[in-house]
Amino acid sequence: MYYLEMNDVKKSFGDLEVLKGISLTVSEGEVVSIIGPSGSGKSTLLRIATLLETMDVGNLAYMGQYAVTMEDRHSVYAKTSQLKEIKKNFGLVFQSFNLFPHKSVLHNIIDAPIFVQKRKKAEVIEEAKELLRQMGLEDKADYYPCQLSGGQQQRIAIARALALKPKVLFFDEPTSALDPELTGEVLKVIKGLAEQKMTMVIVTHEMSFAKNISDRVIFMDKGVVAASGTPEEVFNSDNARMQEFLGKLKND
Amino acid sequence: MSFSVMLEQLAQGMCKSMLIFGLTLLFSMPLGLLVCFGRMSKNRLVSGIFGFFISVLRGTPLMLQLMVVYFFPYYLFGISIGNWRFPAIIVGFSINYAAYFAEIYRSGIEAIPKGQYEAAQILDYSKSQTFFKIVFPQVIKIILPAVTNEIITLVKDTSLAFSLAYMEMFTIAKQIAARDTTFVPYIVAALFYYIFNLLVAFVMRQFEKKLSYYN
Ligand SMILES: Nc1ncnc2c1ncn2[C@@H]1O[C@H](COP(=O)(O)OP(=O)(O)OP(=O)(O)O)[C@@H](O)[C@H]1O
Ligand SMILES: [Mg+2]
Repeated sequence: MYYLEMNDVKKSFGDLEVLKGISLTVSEGEVVSIIGPSGSGKSTLLRIATLLETMDVGNLAYMGQYAVTMEDRHSVYAKTSQLKEIKKNFGLVFQSFNLFPHKSVLHNIIDAPIFVQKRKKAEVIEEAKELLRQMGLEDKADYYPCQLSGGQQQRIAIARALALKPKVLFFDEPTSALDPELTGEVLKVIKGLAEQKMTMVIVTHEMSFAKNISDRVIFMDKGVVAASGTPEEVFNSDNARMQEFLGKLKND
Repeated sequence: MSFSVMLEQLAQGMCKSMLIFGLTLLFSMPLGLLVCFGRMSKNRLVSGIFGFFISVLRGTPLMLQLMVVYFFPYYLFGISIGNWRFPAIIVGFSINYAAYFAEIYRSGIEAIPKGQYEAAQILDYSKSQTFFKIVFPQVIKIILPAVTNEIITLVKDTSLAFSLAYMEMFTIAKQIAARDTTFVPYIVAALFYYIFNLLVAFVMRQFEKKLSYYN
């Protein structure tokens, strides 16, 4: 059984066809990186996978449970109650963190497990402290997001997502909003998660990072998967668009 | 008439002004939130109707609205309006201020970045949890300066109750001034409104300080 499975996903915004039939499967413990030029539809794909955006065509399942099925060549979304159940399977880390500015670091992490999952407060706090230790931020529990650097905020956002114990964790360019000297600390945390066999789908512009930690790399271009495979296969492929993309990055 | 008798009469007026002030805030602030929800409804008809009422309430004089509310039961149903004077004032003020608060709330809600809603959605907050735990606490901080302005205006606007001959501060000051041909009650009234507003500003500054723990 796949942790995540999506088939032939299509999406248009008005006349602009952004996704032209994307399929993606992710198995337990896999780390999949999605790379590709700006505007190729990477964020849209993640937003559809995390139900922030709806697809026009295609299906989507987590742990074999279908959130979206195909009927008569159109996507049909499951009932709200079923979607609520399915949503427990994934988390998302945003490019711009989206921490709650009025809540302390601790409350950013524990409020969803307590209010949404109705778990015991003492137990959740224990786990939050462990997550903060893992992020190297055990002394920041009582800080507010505005008192932290971007890299620290993003690590808090990762802890917040992990506190809900997702099966699959998505990242949309987790380091793009950071100063170059702060990207390392966030990438290190993600690498640590990969070593713990966390199942992850990561949209990134950090090519060496993608090469290093991914089991599989997907190169998207103009709404299609132009190349996919192991990092070696994709980065060494003679796919013209892939070469052009890598060349452009080098010249930047 | 001695100064102390005059002060006593004015003090009674002050109490009534403060009663109008307090009750208006009590009713208009929550009512404004409901009006704001109506205004922001996804249903075009609902939001259109609320938008129209808000624009009428903000676009016509409060004094006129008080008259309408006061005489409305009499002209429409021929009901005697003997005991209706004070309730009419509270209803008129509350509806009018609800319209203003609704627009203030709306501006605050619209200032919350989309990412906050998306983060809440990913963390599986329900719609009402998202509003009350994520959005509204941040809205309060954003709108506090505008709310302070509105409250200061309300302190002064309570004097409009004179148009229904309600015996609040300003009505009494006018009466005494006319009867005794003296300017003193106006000075006392001015002092009262001014000091009341200094107090309001002080209290609101404390709120702002309390919410300054983040930015
Ligand atoms: N809500 C929307 N309405 C209209 N067009 C949209 C919307 N969201 C995305 N698009 C368009 O869809 C295309 C793909 O956008 P998307 O954000 O998925 O690209 P991306 O691969 O994530 O790019 P980047 O690397 O710059 O983040 C772009 O042309 C974008 O302008
Ligand atoms: Mg993007």
